[in-house]
Amino acid sequence: MSTRDITFAQALNQALDGELARDPSVFLLGEDIVDPAGGVAKVTLGLSGKYGRKRVRESPISEQAIIGAATGAAMCGMRPVAEIMIADFYAVCLDQLVNHAAKLRYMSGGRTHVPITVRGMSTGGMMFGAQHSQMPEVWMAHTPGLKVVVPSTPADAKGLLTAAIRDDDPVVCIESAGLYATKGPVPEGEYVVPLGRADVKRAGSDITLITYGKTVQDSLDAAEQLAGEIDVEVLDLRSIVPWDAEAMIASVTRTRRAVVVHQAVERFGVGAEISAWLTRELWGTLEAPVGRVGGEYTPVPYSPELEAAHLPSPARIVKAVRATCGF
Amino acid sequence: MTVPDAGSRLRIYETMRTINLTDERVRGLLMSGKIAIIYYSPRGQECIPAAVGAALEPDDYTVTTYRGIHDSLAAGASLEEILGEAFGKATGTSKGKGGPMHLSDPSCGLMATTGIVGGGLPIANGVALASQLQDLDRVTVCYFGDGATNIGAFHEALNMAAIWDLPVVFVCQNNEYGEYSPRMETQKIERISDRAASYGMPGVTVDGNDPDATYRVAAQAVGRARAGEGPTLIEAKTYRFMGHLFGDQMPYMPQEEYQARLAADPVPRYRALLISDGVATGAEMDGIDARIGAEVDRAVQAALDAPMPDASELFTDVYSEVRS
Repeated sequence: MSTRDITFAQALNQALDGELARDPSVFLLGEDIVDPAGGVAKVTLGLSGKYGRKRVRESPISEQAIIGAATGAAMCGMRPVAEIMIADFYAVCLDQLVNHAAKLRYMSGGRTHVPITVRGMSTGGMMFGAQHSQMPEVWMAHTPGLKVVVPSTPADAKGLLTAAIRDDDPVVCIESAGLYATKGPVPEGEYVVPLGRADVKRAGSDITLITYGKTVQDSLDAAEQLAGEIDVEVLDLRSIVPWDAEAMIASVTRTRRAVVVHQAVERFGVGAEISAWLTRELWGTLEAPVGRVGGEYTPVPYSPELEAAHLPSPARIVKAVRATCGF
Repeated sequence: MTVPDAGSRLRIYETMRTINLTDERVRGLLMSGKIAIIYYSPRGQECIPAAVGAALEPDDYTVTTYRGIHDSLAAGASLEEILGEAFGKATGTSKGKGGPMHLSDPSCGLMATTGIVGGGLPIANGVALASQLQDLDRVTVCYFGDGATNIGAFHEALNMAAIWDLPVVFVCQNNEYGEYSPRMETQKIERISDRAASYGMPGVTVDGNDPDATYRVAAQAVGRARAGEGPTLIEAKTYRFMGHLFGDQMPYMPQEEYQARLAADPVPRYRALLISDGVATGAEMDGIDARIGAEVDRAVQAALDAPMPDASELFTDVYSEVRS
């Protein structure tokens, strides 16, 4: 497969472009997504020009109405892709997402279903303060009916978003804004990464770092720092729901140690679930309790030193890896 | 103003009567202890969906709210399935997994019933948007109560429907109470339809217990929507005869007001009007009532006799593929 080096944001744009071209039932809606703005992060740049403002629709600042419109249209044969500009704003439309989109298939006994994709950026580490910096994946993951993907590379961004749009369930795609400008090789043309398949981003034999999104790079940096001392495997989950149980079991059965790393607040987070689950599945195999590295249990602070203290970092990951290996 | 034709008027009456008798049977079962379910009686509000429904085409869409058994029946959903769902049976609209607050039947255009006040309005927009994008001239009717006009989703949805000229008719069934609170203690405007002005859409208030007037207003709004002229907010004024949910003693409803509204029960009133207008004779009406009564009894019995869902249904319909 031929690849080209493009940014994470361009890769997302390719996925949207490809699906708009392929499937007439796909349409986009969201705030500021039409040209010339092309979205606050330019992810949708050029698409309203190419496909028209009927299929790439500018919406008012109305997150409930955006998710509701996507949900209703999806029940009637469309495949909407709704943009929620910044992940914190999911709080504004959780009723539509959690009480409606997620549950309509179940509440209707399968008579209706909601093939929507909701995508947008998450931030953190950018001095945006407590209402523009959260990672909300656990809000969705704790809601049966929703799927959640968090890509970490440009190629995964394209492949996962394409899979999300084609999926028959509501999928939330959380894109780390800090990754938008990162470049990497991305397959040209149609490219699908199936939901629920983890990816070994670095092979190792002593311990598995289970992570996703922005902290994949932090984990790779930590692994590099530990090279020669501890041989670290970095397993990128890529999708939280469904998650790749097989890959986690296979990797941790081999390494017998694991640390889960995510940007979201550690307490009650995805890491807690994975830790509890792995402990039950691999009790007797594990050499140490499954470690966790996540945000501290505070709102995300503004001042850079405070924010850095809140967020996970390669240094904290290194510390957690050493602690888990020294257990 | 013209009245709807005789066929439409009879159809409206039959729907009202079906709702009325279904509600009586369900309350009878609750009172006798034969069933124990949460039940939001539509008694007193029969006219609105019956009249609005008569102004719709068979492939139009409906989105409604938890007090919505009447809306579902008027949309054409099967009575046996509605009751099956209310009783938690495998034969229900949602195989017993939704309950009476979540009825749906896409085969008759009933796309969703929400248990969240105001939650249906943004979704109705999406249903209407699909029709618009697919170049279908289908209209979506969205029912909700007066209380829903105080929640943020109402504002967001009406604004979006207006700017996108969506083929949707918002029908507020104003029964003067939001749960256990009188409407005028929770909003300051006498006419809910006035709110339409702030979205740049027509708003009209109608006596929602007058089937002919409600039909006319609905037909006009449906016509506008179908012609691509955008949404309308209809405030259909009505009254709740059985309080918020079954068992409500209604201490917050003034007795005098309540008795006056009961005396003006829209179902027998419309029956008498149709007889006096020569649409049907008293004997013919007796025949209609008997036929509907038998249909309702048969559906109630079938729903009572139906099996409960199999335990394996717990894990189906969460996702497109079954996960455990």
